[in-house]
Amino acid sequence: MKAIYILCVRQLKRYMRSPARIIGSLGQPILFLVALGFGLRGMFARAGQGNYINFLSPGIVSMAILFNAVFSGIEIIWDRQFGFLKETLVAPVSRLEIVFGRMLGGAIVAFVQGLIVFAICLLAGFRVVSSPYLPLGIFFMFMIALLFAGIGTVFGSVLQDMQGFPLIINFLIMPLFFFSGAIFAAAGLPSALKLLLRLNPLSYGVDGLRGALINQFAFGLTTDLVVVTVLTALLLAIGSYFFSKIQL
Amino acid sequence: MGDMIVVQDLVKNYGDFCAVNHVSFTVPEGRIFGFLGPNGAGKTTTIKMLTTVLDPTSGSLRVNGYDPTREQKQVRRSFGIVFQDPSLDDELTAYENMDLHGILYGVPHGERVKRIDMLVDFVGLGERKKDLVKTYSGGMKRRLEVARALLHTPRILFLDEPTIGLDPQTRNHIWGYIQQLSKEEGVTVFFTTHYMDEADRVANEVAVIDHGKIVAQGSPSELKERTKCANLEDAFIALTGHAIREEEANAIERMRMMGRAWRGGRR
Repeated sequence: MKAIYILCVRQLKRYMRSPARIIGSLGQPILFLVALGFGLRGMFARAGQGNYINFLSPGIVSMAILFNAVFSGIEIIWDRQFGFLKETLVAPVSRLEIVFGRMLGGAIVAFVQGLIVFAICLLAGFRVVSSPYLPLGIFFMFMIALLFAGIGTVFGSVLQDMQGFPLIINFLIMPLFFFSGAIFAAAGLPSALKLLLRLNPLSYGVDGLRGALINQFAFGLTTDLVVVTVLTALLLAIGSYFFSKIQL
Repeated sequence: MGDMIVVQDLVKNYGDFCAVNHVSFTVPEGRIFGFLGPNGAGKTTTIKMLTTVLDPTSGSLRVNGYDPTREQKQVRRSFGIVFQDPSLDDELTAYENMDLHGILYGVPHGERVKRIDMLVDFVGLGERKKDLVKTYSGGMKRRLEVARALLHTPRILFLDEPTIGLDPQTRNHIWGYIQQLSKEEGVTVFFTTHYMDEADRVANEVAVIDHGKIVAQGSPSELKERTKCANLEDAFIALTGHAIREEEANAIERMRMMGRAWRGGRR
């Protein structure tokens, strides 16, 4: 347990010591929030769909968490490159503790980034509609972070070169984000895209978070909770498996 | 006193390439054992297998009486290691690196604080312990790694070219301490080096490995006698030849890297 704790603390320390990283990874969510949020606001309202900033904000928060969580996997590759991975792999703790510490650390960092983006959304005019469910929203944010930290760990364990990781991950992250219902609702989509949305794990996280914050569910709270929880457990297990297979 | 390291008929193949080819040796408790060989001879591969981070193709291993392929936790608890390449977290301070290591190895808080202070002072980093490791010079990082390997009072020390990049003063200082540990506390030391004078001075016994095979084994003076050479460096060259290995070894390493990348990273 102590190993999990200290590896988490390590990641948080590294995060806090890199203001460039904190600010840099806010850029993209803010861009999407401003460009889409203010750009499409009028059209959305004219179509009788209400306040687009309110619809979009949970999606933007999810995006910030998704990016940061998946990219936490690259730290495994850095650690391999700069050697620190060896230090943890010869230590008398189980691989499970090491990988859990890493995933939890990555998830917490992503979650904190999500909270910062959430605050920025409030500044941009986002208003929580169903505030009693705020803790539920926070829960969904953390689950999204854990789930995608697990996916990041899979890629970080399997891939070995620093150049390849961002390329592959961008190829994965962008579709995940665009087809998650983060920027538009599923209603009215062609059925192929609707299916894509249904198969995307992020869709359930976004829906859960949006439902908790503005009381607009597409799949329903129970579905969101079950899917996200099961997938998170599954991805943590798969991430641990791939990490435990690393040999030097 | 038993044997702390027992290696029998150890083989490691990477595809067609045989990195370690039927190697056997034993290291009794409290001895300082030098594992010498040209670049790419199989030294680091052997250390990786002994330290549980690489599975052998065949053969049997015992470290402190435990099997590194099955009883990993017991083996890992038994040794401290200084790797050939850097293994510190540059974004943490020296103290934080030490503290993290102590926690991973379950050193209780009080003892941890005391030993960290003692060890960073010993390697001359006491005044810089609160600085981020990325501000350290190569030699300072090396010294910190040596201190870290000793933090959890291991029974065996693996040192893979520990003194690379260190000045003679620091080298002498560190070897002096390691010899003292071996003599007074019976710590077993397994090291590799390219400095033959160093091996001659500190090793009780050496094994010379070339192309994955052990070509000679014995005390430094036995090897000198057998090859009729005045010093260990000449004896080493008499045993392993004059050809430079770097290129060949690198080509093999590159091929392995390519193969690994294509096969998705795992072996």
